[in-house]
Amino acid sequence: MSEVQVQEKGGQKKSRQKKHTLRVDFTPMVDMNMLLITFFMFCTTLLKPQVMNLSMPSTEKAEEGKELKARESSAITILMGPNNQLFYYEGMLTEESYKDSTLLRPIAYGEDGIRQLLLRKNVGTYEQIQALKEQRDRGEIDQAAYDTLTTQVQRRANEELKIAPTVLIKPLDAAAYANMVDILDEILITNIGFYQVTDLSDGDRYLYYTRTGDESVLSPEQKAQVDKLK
Amino acid sequence: MAKAPVKKHSTFIDMTAMSDVTVLLLTFFMLTSTFVKKEPITVTTPASVSEIKVPETNSMTILVDEQGKIFLSMDNMNDLVEITKLVGADYGVSFTESQMDALRKITTFGVPITKLPAYLDLTVEQQDKFMAEQLEIPNNPNVGIPADTLTSAAKLTYQGRSINEFQNWIRHARAVDLQDGSKDLELVIKADRTTRYEVVKNIMNNLRDLRENRYLLVTSLRASSSGNE
Repeated sequence: MSEVQVQEKGGQKKSRQKKHTLRVDFTPMVDMNMLLITFFMFCTTLLKPQVMNLSMPSTEKAEEGKELKARESSAITILMGPNNQLFYYEGMLTEESYKDSTLLRPIAYGEDGIRQLLLRKNVGTYEQIQALKEQRDRGEIDQAAYDTLTTQVQRRANEELKIAPTVLIKPLDAAAYANMVDILDEILITNIGFYQVTDLSDGDRYLYYTRTGDESVLSPEQKAQVDKLK
Repeated sequence: MAKAPVKKHSTFIDMTAMSDVTVLLLTFFMLTSTFVKKEPITVTTPASVSEIKVPETNSMTILVDEQGKIFLSMDNMNDLVEITKLVGADYGVSFTESQMDALRKITTFGVPITKLPAYLDLTVEQQDKFMAEQLEIPNNPNVGIPADTLTSAAKLTYQGRSINEFQNWIRHARAVDLQDGSKDLELVIKADRTTRYEVVKNIMNNLRDLRENRYLLVTSLRASSSGNE
């Protein structure tokens, strides 16, 4: 391949034409290329990092009547504690129920834990969106159409059928940032349309304290009260 | 004994094919890769199944370390220079042309505005060294963009509430972006997976005060989770 046949013409010796092979040695070239490849492999990222959308509620008070009202029956509150502890409760806390520590149930992260719960809650909507996803993957509908249809399905489940769950995500201060992303991830996987990342209410704090005995979760006023009771 | 004739064997290996392959590989790497941004701290981003890519243009990345120190990077260098001038003017800090040129070369920066001119006067190697040294000291006020009014260079108010240095950067970034009339500036938050939520919450609260309620959280792709996505 790297040989070129050079025919020497002319000269005195007419009879003997000398066949000369010109060989180019490619070894240094390969060496250099390998070096360059190594350089590129070490200095570059092939995979661009992904991003996840997160919209936080506005700090301004929502106009009267316009604020997101979670239906009591379908609300799920997820509390993320330190050391990958995860608890949830269904419904809304009332004047009496915040003292009932059995309300708060522990659950595991991942496929077998929280995802099963959310899937069960979002049944119906999940399947519809999964079907849309397949259509999109087959190229029958484009991304924009998929987005609008998904929103429609989620809206309908929420406003007409009243089956869509509202998930309130409440990470404790001591929870790891990855925990929040994990839960948002599960929300994404289970196609839940209505969720919110918010702070713990006083009831949540007390409930978490009675369940785990972790005083650091309490607000200063609560802490003072608890200390007084002891 | 008769010596067996040693056959002269040429050991020449034809490297052309090899060379072809390496050149192909090289081309592939050159075309597909983006260079790693140099960041003063290393963060391991949490995993998610989200498949949205980091926006390539018009984003502002807020890099957060475990103690909540903030570093900023922008991909539009002309905007960054303009924003820096505006932020500097608010705190009575001015920059020379050469300092502005240095700023254009920087990828990620995180020093209080009063320390920024001196930081930009350093060479790139000195900047790295400075960062590495300063980051060793816990609770060092010399690195990171201050996100509380106490450590900010001056008290400023915006829309009736006092804002800190970090908020001022974001506010000007948004204002400069609106002047361009281009696509919305995206705020990208990049934090380590082990960072306490409190730290991230603090950053988000700072942004929410400015009515910046939408963010992109940098994650790395999680290996397929049972085909759900």
